[in-house]
Amino acid sequence: MTGQKSAPGWRELPHGAVPYKSSREYKTGDWGVLKPKIDFGRCTKCTLCHFYCPEGAIRMRGDGYPEVDYDFCKGCGICAAECPVKCIEMVRRG
Amino acid sequence: MSLREMAKQPDLLAPGHRLCAGCGEAVTARLVLKAVRGPTIVTAATGCLEVATTIFPYTAWDLPWIHTAFENAAANASGIEAAFRAMKRKGRGPLAKYEHIDVIAFAGDGGTYDIGLQALSGALERGHDFVYVLLDNEAYMNTGIQRSGGTPRCAATTTSPAGRVIPGKREWKKPIDEIVVAHEIPYVATVSASYPTDLIRKMRCALEAEGPAFIHAFVPCPRGWRFPSEQTIALGRLAVQTCLFPLWECRLEEGRPRYTLSSPSLSIAKNPERKRPIEEYLEKQGRFRHLFRPERRDDLIKEIQEWVDLKWERLLEKAL
Ligand code: SF4
Ligand code: SF4
Repeated sequence: MTGQKSAPGWRELPHGAVPYKSSREYKTGDWGVLKPKIDFGRCTKCTLCHFYCPEGAIRMRGDGYPEVDYDFCKGCGICAAECPVKCIEMVRRG
Repeated sequence: MSLREMAKQPDLLAPGHRLCAGCGEAVTARLVLKAVRGPTIVTAATGCLEVATTIFPYTAWDLPWIHTAFENAAANASGIEAAFRAMKRKGRGPLAKYEHIDVIAFAGDGGTYDIGLQALSGALERGHDFVYVLLDNEAYMNTGIQRSGGTPRCAATTTSPAGRVIPGKREWKKPIDEIVVAHEIPYVATVSASYPTDLIRKMRCALEAEGPAFIHAFVPCPRGWRFPSEQTIALGRLAVQTCLFPLWECRLEEGRPRYTLSSPSLSIAKNPERKRPIEEYLEKQGRFRHLFRPERRDDLIKEIQEWVDLKWERLLEKAL
């Protein structure tokens, strides 16, 4: 390279391109048109929606019920399709 | 561990990643990481998972993670494991203080069946203690749905389009599991995110195995397979129920590979009437649409069914 006096040794090289922010700072909650609405009266606390959500946007609360983080839910509809008792309904965001 | 207890395990793949809505890789990677048991370093080949989880300056990985090129996830994992052992032996270096470090390599079907095969083979032969997780969504999805060695016959991709001359990809899927089992490594298993307990248990076995372990995950892709995003889990289940992707594990015992069917597939082996026709699986996906419209290609559907039956029979011969 022109203008460079001596090439740096490998010890001086930067440690690589390091993404330094957590993706939690990047909200994906505005991707979807629909969002899940859970009928807690019928929920059996089976936890399946938590395991199947691609975003990890469903957390099991201390009381055993699921809670959706709408900041990240992309509205894919998997939780509603897979809930064994069909207590999740996809509704329009608004 | 019960599902309720596993649900309390913190997620090591953070939300805010940019995989598509309904992506099977995201579900699979989350479940794989639920099995992590201690200090762990992850490396990932180029692919959807890598691209969408580390868009600069963000990262979705809550554990040490190293990107590598398309072809060398297994070589990179070998290097990480060898570096750890060297530091431990010499008693110096940043990893020397750890009792043990697990190493996980993630790669897609392109990075495994095609581009990364020799690096994988070399790492298995050298016997490095790591777990290789193949996320098989059956094409190069990240670059726009090009066919790979993992793409099934008749699937339409951008490089194997279905038209008047050819009905999608002309070749059958490469038998990657047999290739890996032939390396005589301690543990090989097939998993599907549709069966979370089975997946997490097998991933734990893979981590516990001393030496290389291989996990083949079947990963439905809404974008590339052309189906609505909420069907990802249902389609993965159908792949198991049709015996297209049976669930099993294989341990090396006294020099012999011992196959065991996992319960969803074992129940079909015991009750063959539960095996569903492959047509049910094919008709739900746009990549196989040309097998049904404009006219039904019974010849091709039959060919695929026969292939599935043959592979299933061959597995039963080994596993029972
Ligand atoms: S709709 Fe999809 S992203 Fe949203 S909570 Fe349900 S499974 Fe998760
Ligand atoms: S899948 Fe349905 S029943 Fe199970 S925890 Fe979620 S909302 Fe409740």
